[in-house]
Amino acid sequence: MNKEQIIQALKTIVEPYSEETSAIAHIDENTDFINDLKINSANLVDIILDIEEKFNIEIDNDSMAKMLTVKATTEIITQKLEANAGQ
Amino acid sequence: MTNAEILAKLPYGKSFLFVDDLLHVDQNGAKGIFTYNEKLSFYESHFKNNPVTPAVVLTETMAQIGLVCLGIYLLPDKALNMSVAMTSNAIDFLIPVYPGEQVTVTSEKIYFRFNKLKCNVKMENAAGKVVCKGNIAGMLISTGNE
Repeated sequence: MNKEQIIQALKTIVEPYSEETSAIAHIDENTDFINDLKINSANLVDIILDIEEKFNIEIDNDSMAKMLTVKATTEIITQKLEANAGQ
Repeated sequence: MTNAEILAKLPYGKSFLFVDDLLHVDQNGAKGIFTYNEKLSFYESHFKNNPVTPAVVLTETMAQIGLVCLGIYLLPDKALNMSVAMTSNAIDFLIPVYPGEQVTVTSEKIYFRFNKLKCNVKMENAAGKVVCKGNIAGMLISTGNE
């Protein structure tokens, strides 16, 4: 799965948690979940759980703490997917 | 952690404490009871000449027993005082609760990840009928050392 595909998948996951329709429509690497999409920390947890399910990966506390932007989240998903593929 | 230790850590003052006793707590859920004393101040106004326990108070009772008591039990660092900020709930209310009634609240953990605790919670009256049920979620927040 390439970066663009991951971002598209993220967009689908994040959409139900944000009312910032314009920011969602223009989602890119620089999108910040809290500042741009106005997602609260409780919903951020649900987004992380949805990501785990969608990509079949496990997110630890350290990774979760970094996942505040689309860029950081995409990088972590890529790492975890590669780690899974290497097993 | 004993049930008494959990009760001692609840952050509520007397006028907003809706837990009388905890009957059971484990990793997967909590069960406790509360009796709505007829003298509780809100009965005077909710409603005029027709006291019924407000739905927000039923919700708070479910959260204190089902979520906060369980959260205190689950929190890894037992030395810290903590609270739970309710972040969402979806509850159906089926039967009214009148002054003087005792209710039993039972919660089942859905998940506890990244300090967010989400539970299915139900409240039953003394007759064993379900009064209200739904799910409640909150973020566990440390409120400093003891």
